[in-house]
Amino acid sequence: MIELIGIPPQVLFGQLLLGLINGSFYAMLSLGLAIIFGLLNIVNFAHGAQYMLGAFVAWFLLTYLGLGYWWALLLAPVIVGAFGIVLERLLISRLYRLDHLYGLLLTFGLALILQGILRNQYGMSGLPYSVPQQLAGVRNLGFMFLPDYRAWVIVASLTVCLATWFAIEKTRIGAHLRAANENPTLVGAFGINVPRMITLTYGFGVGLAAFAGVLAAPIYSVNPNMGADLIIVVFAVVVIGGMGSILGSIVTGFGLGLIEVLTKVFYPQASSVVIFVIMALVLMVKPAGLFGRAE
Amino acid sequence: MSAANGAGIADGVTVRASDALRAHHATIFAALLAAGLIAPFILYPVFLMKVMCFALFACAFNLLLGHGGLLSFGHAAYFGGASYICAHAAKAWGLTPELAILTGTAAAALLGVAIGSLAIRRQGIYFAMVTLAFAQMVYFISVQAPFTGGEDGIQAVPRGELFGLISLRSDLTLYFVVLAITLGGIIMIYRIVHSPFGQVLNAIRENEARAISLGYRVNGYKLAVFILSATFAGLAGATKAIVFQLASLTDVHWTMSGEVVLMTLIGGMGTVFGPIVGAAVIVTMQNHLATFGAWVTIMQGCIFVVCVLLFREGIVGGLARWMRRPL
Repeated sequence: MIELIGIPPQVLFGQLLLGLINGSFYAMLSLGLAIIFGLLNIVNFAHGAQYMLGAFVAWFLLTYLGLGYWWALLLAPVIVGAFGIVLERLLISRLYRLDHLYGLLLTFGLALILQGILRNQYGMSGLPYSVPQQLAGVRNLGFMFLPDYRAWVIVASLTVCLATWFAIEKTRIGAHLRAANENPTLVGAFGINVPRMITLTYGFGVGLAAFAGVLAAPIYSVNPNMGADLIIVVFAVVVIGGMGSILGSIVTGFGLGLIEVLTKVFYPQASSVVIFVIMALVLMVKPAGLFGRAE
Repeated sequence: MSAANGAGIADGVTVRASDALRAHHATIFAALLAAGLIAPFILYPVFLMKVMCFALFACAFNLLLGHGGLLSFGHAAYFGGASYICAHAAKAWGLTPELAILTGTAAAALLGVAIGSLAIRRQGIYFAMVTLAFAQMVYFISVQAPFTGGEDGIQAVPRGELFGLISLRSDLTLYFVVLAITLGGIIMIYRIVHSPFGQVLNAIRENEARAISLGYRVNGYKLAVFILSATFAGLAGATKAIVFQLASLTDVHWTMSGEVVLMTLIGGMGTVFGPIVGAAVIVTMQNHLATFGAWVTIMQGCIFVVCVLLFREGIVGGLARWMRRPL
């Protein structure tokens, strides 16, 4: 077997696959954050908790209602998204006229509550959620073995990301969203219901996080802290990419997932900090982020 | 004309009011000192020392948020980082406690220089995210670095002898040292806030563009207040390491950064005494609810939500409005 830069190719490709998987989650979550931030001007600190909630709802559906993975993939984003809409109407909408930091603090509090409740109920150890039967197989690609489920996660995430990008950049609804972001008063004067659009956008962003959570459930164990650890990395991804651009969050998300695992292969000690090191470098060279516009 | 007159009168009032205010604050500081001297004979000294360390930490954080207008979500890095360095200095290098605390504080200041100079390149919520991300980096380093003891932390840190003379083994002796450090730190923060430097900070917080157009080097001021805040946070963390003879991952974890935000928020952002009250409330709550496990997290989350929605001025802020006097 040939060795690629001192690393057996199977190990290298296995790690690259893992990088793409992690990158899928970074991309989906930073995309949701970008959409919510774009229109609501709120950094949704609860995004990680809502991702975790997606995974938990999938587990609930299976355990209590016997509804399998595919139903969960469909229902969990709707349920968690609806929950997000309630939160937005009841709580977040009261903060729009205040300083940004209050939105951050409120959603931080919400994240603590959600995590605390689930930790009380299910502990920290994590619940198993198995891969759906249709995707349980493994393919031999010649140079590596590819589990079907992992391939599906990458394809699903890419599809969702690109569809979201298309909806926002190329469709009429997306044009309304972007216009409302620039000047809500003017867009409202054209007869578009901006508050409702804001609410639905929040619901959509939250649903996106929940969708990522369902995708993640069979890969990582379902536990109350799964979002808390992830969200900080996603924040770094957002700073690196610059939150202004939708495509930016997708590209940076996947790119950083890959860089992270490559570091794990070549210099394992640095793998958990490499993203933050990159963030430091980007801040020095291009403070607005790789794809961001200057403030 | 009348507007100019009005402004003149108002100015006169502010000058007089600020003298009265200084006397008023001095009275409260004196009362705090008196309470601090009596308290250990009534309450458990170790609990009080914990409150004091967190009060200093919250005051340091408030210096940055309340007066600089900068929301750092990564202050655990300086608090916990300093506590590791202090613990290591006291245990492995055998430094006396005051030198160990100074070493820890200096390390926090250096960390503040490094992170602050990068973080001030972004504003608002980006600033919060950058500080949080760097704090997480410090956390990962604390998990992996050879001297931090990983999950166990640095245990059995010697309290040592102050100046090599006074043994700090007794809780009561140590209590008075911690009281001196805490009150000294808080008074220094008070002086910073009420200095010309503090006035410029307020100007930047209120209207950054205007401060720039007045010719102030805004970034220099922001960096300076960031470093000061990190340094005092480090002083608090280092002192805590000596008190509890322990430096552990809890103090560098991001939940600690959230806790200090909560203390400041519940006490009253931008008030002098708010963070002290906030720290006392939160530490007391944690001590009483410790047996309820994750309920502490839920309670903290609820307090966050309630404070942000209904109670943005905090306990001391509300009191100050009621008394019509800044506290």
